[in-house]
This record gives sequence, structure tokens and C-alpha cells, in this order.
Amino acid sequence: MSVNKEFVKFDKVDKSYDGKVLVVKDLQLDIAEGEFITMLGPSGSGKTTCLMMLAGFETPTNGEIYLNGNAISSIPPHKRGIGMVFQNYALFPHMTVYENLAFPLRVRKIPKDEADKKIDKALSMVSLQGFASRMPGQLSGGQQQRVAVARSLVFDPQLVLMDEPLGALDKNLRESMQYEIKHIHENIGVTVVYVTHDQSEALTMSNRIAVFNDGKVQQLSSPDELYEKPVNSFVAEFIGENNTFNGEVSDISGGKCKVKLSNAEIVANPISVKSKGERTKVSLRPERALINPSGTMDNIHNGKIEEVIYHGDHTRVRINLLGNSEFILKVPNSSANLDIKLGNEIKIGWNSEDARALDPK
Amino acid sequence: MSSETKQILTTDGIPLEVSLKKAERKNKIKAFLLVAPLLLFLIITYVFPIGDMLLRSVDDKMVTQMLPKTFKAMEKWDGQELPEEEVFAAFHEDFIKLVEEKREGKLSTQLNYTKNGFKSIIKKLRRASKKFEEGNYKEQIMSVHKRWSDVEYWRAIKRRAPEVTSQKYLKAMDMYTNEEGKIVSVDEDRRIHRILWLRTLEIAFFVTVFCFLMAYPIAHLLATLPMKYSNLLMICVLLPFWTSLLVRTASWMILLQQQGIVNDFFVSIGLVADDNRPEMMYNKTGSYVAMTQILLPFMVLPLYSVMKTISPSLMRAGKSLGGTPFVAFWKVYFPLTIPGIGAGCLLVFILAIGYYITPALVGGASGTLISNQIAFHMKSTLDWSFASAMGLMLLTGVLVIYWLYNKIVGIDNIKLG
Repeated sequence: MSVNKEFVKFDKVDKSYDGKVLVVKDLQLDIAEGEFITMLGPSGSGKTTCLMMLAGFETPTNGEIYLNGNAISSIPPHKRGIGMVFQNYALFPHMTVYENLAFPLRVRKIPKDEADKKIDKALSMVSLQGFASRMPGQLSGGQQQRVAVARSLVFDPQLVLMDEPLGALDKNLRESMQYEIKHIHENIGVTVVYVTHDQSEALTMSNRIAVFNDGKVQQLSSPDELYEKPVNSFVAEFIGENNTFNGEVSDISGGKCKVKLSNAEIVANPISVKSKGERTKVSLRPERALINPSGTMDNIHNGKIEEVIYHGDHTRVRINLLGNSEFILKVPNSSANLDIKLGNEIKIGWNSEDARALDPK
Repeated sequence: MSSETKQILTTDGIPLEVSLKKAERKNKIKAFLLVAPLLLFLIITYVFPIGDMLLRSVDDKMVTQMLPKTFKAMEKWDGQELPEEEVFAAFHEDFIKLVEEKREGKLSTQLNYTKNGFKSIIKKLRRASKKFEEGNYKEQIMSVHKRWSDVEYWRAIKRRAPEVTSQKYLKAMDMYTNEEGKIVSVDEDRRIHRILWLRTLEIAFFVTVFCFLMAYPIAHLLATLPMKYSNLLMICVLLPFWTSLLVRTASWMILLQQQGIVNDFFVSIGLVADDNRPEMMYNKTGSYVAMTQILLPFMVLPLYSVMKTISPSLMRAGKSLGGTPFVAFWKVYFPLTIPGIGAGCLLVFILAIGYYITPALVGGASGTLISNQIAFHMKSTLDWSFASAMGLMLLTGVLVIYWLYNKIVGIDNIKLG
């Protein structure tokens, strides 16, 4: 069976609320059937607006959204058949769990015995059997969230939207719910569009992540690619930790470039720089830099340890390196033999491939 | 095991419970003293007058106190035949005392309320009693006037024996106790109170309905509009509160009278002919219009306070789950506003049922309510006990509505703001 690569298609979508500022600019996004896609970005980046346009609560100012090949901009929300999980759960407080789940089935006039079966199935999916007669107010936050997920799935929608559904939960619960939602998605194969500002949530759950900023998708790729190969400095800084060097390209040849810093020169991987003389920001993940490296690395520099913070499984070390006093290293706890003490001079090295020369923003 | 049941002691050896009570006593006294002025105020201005009203409405001690011996003697009388000499003698004794105190006139007025014809025979009895001889009072009294030998009149006297009476309440329902002691309705053409009660309920009911119909959308707008517009709208809603009730009612009189602004407008747009202007005042229409406008904020505010707490995402959830906007409203939004509806309706209905100034000014003859009748008896006829009886009936009616509401919706489900 061929998978529809354009199950959801945003085609040149613009959105403005006040006619002055575009909150979504020229959005072009295809979502494949059965995919778990996350819209990730800081608040005000337009990700929730995109979700609301897809759900039908906002209309695009320009452009068109297609669901399974059909333009849906003029279809009201209740006819779109899209499941939705809201930030504050939005369970109907005057109805029991059963009635909450029965609501989408009743409005679709599904016979009661069939509806009961679907409700049982949905509740067991979120392991809440036996809670059918409770009121939402009698449930914990995590349980309410599960009911909300079950309710969005009970009428077998092809597409489910989730708007920061785990925002109100505490850290441990949030993590376990992440896995739970991921497993539900894997089991039933529904297409999920998930909105969050929490990058670890996005990395854990998604097939692909769309990083939003300033009303635009900055990068759309799988979690590992997003982390390993950010295409611009916003993505590099937004996802994970990042060490940066600002400089000017002094030479570019053979898939490598030299970047001149204020007092040194480093070798980097030219991603968005094309020619000599361009300003650039070099991005390097902390775990890609090693202490006392073997001789094969093409960047080896000395730095002075300025701060050591114990984190249990690893130690964060802040180093003054090449004029950047915010250079962070993560040292695993097992490497106890290293001489990490405040004020020590140490040798640090990395491969030029991991040092990505991006736009200077 | 024993350590669980053992009393817990403080470090001083005093039982913890005692120590806690002691520590909290001061706070309790402080709290009580803080509410004491209000409590006192409520007792003086609320509990006491209502109690007094209750007593006044059933009080009928006057005749009882004027004829103590007579009523004592009458206790054994079955009311079939004329009473025995014993009763006549007691009556004579009471009567002589009243004549000495010059109170026999009051007695005749009171007895005349119960049965017509007492006035003249008591006057005659007073004159004749000066020449009465000792003994055989039955003969002597009966010889004064033939009505004194009519058993009906003695029955009428006996009916005034109890210290309490329900006559005022019966009167408020257009009923009375007839000569046989049965409760019957007054003649059809003399019934006015029943009409007034029904009209009061009708007007209060419809005013509540109108208020609800108008307040619901306003409250919804208030709760959903952006702050800068909702503040302006809120001021519009509250503006009437800042204006005197009398001024508001008077402005309705300017608007609604036959040569008033509303009629002028209707004529100018050709809705009605100039020589056929509708009467919108001094009838029910006037009461409806003015009372609805005046009571509207009492409906808007509780509704608004409830709607404000309903998350807009609930309606969205309803729609995204496949409910049409109407279904989402009816199944999700509306049930959540019921506490506000209950509070608003109860408030408006209770206020409307006792409304006084507005119907008095714009209601005319067909738009006045029971409260106007109460005021009439307070001010004009000075029949305070009758006014009290009607006031209490009104209060009871309100309590019954409150009780019904509690039964049907549940009083803890109410939200005033």
C-alpha cells in the first residue's frame, strides 16, 4: 500500500491577524500519512496558528490547506473529522469520562452498542478501564490528559492534532506520557501533528520535526538530522546545547573552510557560507569536542577551565577557549582520570566536519 | 496498640486537645467580635421585624382581652342553642367593666367586623345595662334587642375567642369564614387579591424570561470580547446601577407616554398612526419594559461571572469532535452556564415579585402588583396586620421558590459572582 506523502499539505499559506504582521509566512509543508510530525518553536513563532488553521478555528489569509487532496479552508471545524487534544485538556467538566468519549460518537449517530465498544477500546488504549463513570474533576492531571487523548481518537480520525498537551504535567509524568503517546501512535498508525516548545519532547516523539521561527519553517527533518545537522544558526541554538564562534571566512576549499576569529583560526564545515570574506557563526555540539584528543583532529586548541558543575552522570565544564568564555564541555562521569580542576589549562580538539559554519545571525 | 489510643500530651503535660482549644479560643472570640456588629444589625433590622410582622398578621388578642370571662364561660357551650345564664352573667360582667373604661365602642367595631349588626345592639345594651338588676341576666339582656336572643350573634362572639386568627390570610386570598364557620370565597366581583397575586407571579415570571433572553447574549459578549470592548460594555451594563431607581423609572415615563419619544418615533417611521398612538404606560407593558430594564444587570452579572470561567477551548473541543456549533453550544456551553442562569433567574424573580416603585409609577391600574396593595394597606387603610399577612405570604412564596430551586438544581450549584 502506497503511503500518501501529501496527506496534509500547506500550500503557500499566509496568516495575519491584524493586517500588518504576518504570523505565518509562505508556509509550505507536506505531512505524510501515518507520520508523527512536531511543530517546534518558541512562543509566537506561528506554530499554534498553523495547528488552528488545520483544525479550522482560524482561516488562512492566503493560500490553501489540503487534507487528503481536498481543500479544507472553507470546511467548518466540525466537518473536518480531525481529532484534537488541547493544552488544558478541554474535557467537558459536566460529563463523565464515558460521556466525554461518547460525545463525538453521538454527534455522528453511531449506535450505542458500537459506541460502547469503541469507548472501551479507547479507554483500554490509555489504560483507563474502569474510569468511565468518573467525572473529569475526580481525575489527576495525567489521567485527564489520557482521557483527552482517548477522546480525540475514539471516533477513528485520520488525523490528530495535539496542542502542547503535556505542558501542564510535571516532569516525570510528562516523560512517561511522551512514550505512551508515541506507542499509541505506533500501534494505530494515525497521523499526528504535535505542537510543542519543548525540544526534548519533540526529539523523543517525532518522525519529523518542523522548527518554526518568525512564522517560517526553519528546518524540517528527522530528529537526529535536526540535532546533528542544523541548517542555520537559529536551529542550532534552539535545539540542544551549542558552542559558537563568530568569525569571518578566510579560505574555502575542498569541502572545508577556514574561519578567522579575533585571535585564532579554526577549520569548519561550510554549510551556509559560499565565499571568502563572509561573516559566519560556527556551531559545535559540546559532546563533539574532546579533552586531550588524539592527533587526528584538525582543530586542537588550549583552553582554561573557568567553572565546573557536577551533574551526576556528567560534569559540565565551562572553558575560556579562543576568546569564547562560554564554551561548554560535557565530560562523562566515567572519565575520572582526567584532571578537571578550576584554573587548569587543557587541550581541546574537534573535527572540522562537526564545526558547522552557519549564517552569522 | 495502647500507644495509639493514648492521649497525646504537650510538653507541659496538658492534653493536646485542650491546649489546642485554648490556643484557638482567642481567635474564635476575635472572629466573633468582628462579625458581632453585623449580626446585631441583622437581628435588629431583619429577624426582629419579620418576627413582629408574623405576630402582627395573626394577632387577634383585642376581643379576647376585652371579654375574658365570657370566653371562659363559653368554653363549655356547644354553639347549638342559646348559651346558659352563666355565659350571659359573665358577658354582663365583662361589659360593665368595658363601659366603665369607655371601651365598649371598640368592642362593637371589632364584633361588627365579624358580623354586621353588633354596633346598634351594643349601643342599646349600654343604655339598658344601667338599669339592670342583679341576677337572671339572660332574660334582661335578651329583652334589650331581639338580636341578643339570636344564637348567630353569640356564635359570632365565640368566633373571636382565639388569640390568633387566620382571617387576614384568608382575606388576602379573597376568602373568609362565613357564619357556619366554613371557609368560602368572596363574591366573584369583589375578588381583587387573587388577581393581584396571579399578576405579580405573571409579571415576575415574564420579566425573568425577558431578562434572561436579553442578558445571555450580553453576558456572553462580555465574557468573550477583548478587554477594551468588554470594559466599555460592562460600564453600559452597570450604568443603570449608578442612576437612582426613581430617575430611571421617570425616564421610562418620558419615553413611553403617549406623546413620548418612543411613540413619536413610531409615528415618524409610519409604524402607527398619529391619532392612534398605542398606550405603553400605565398598563402591564409599562411594568414589563421598565422592570426588565432595571433588573437586567442582576441577570447579566451572575451569568457573566460564570461564563468568564468557561474556557473557550471547550467550545472548540466540541466542534473539533464533530458537533455543529449549535450542538457544541447546547451540549457543552449551555449546561456549564446553568449555575449562572439559576442564580440570575432566582435573583431577578425574587426582586421582581416584590417590586414596588416602578409598577406604582408606570404600572397604572392593570400593572400594579401585590406589593402596591401592601403599601396601600400600610399607608392608607392602616390595616397593618393585613399588610403583614400579605408580606409574609410573599416571603413564603419566595422561600418556596428557593426550596424548589434547591430540589431541582441544587443550591450549591448557584454562582452569584
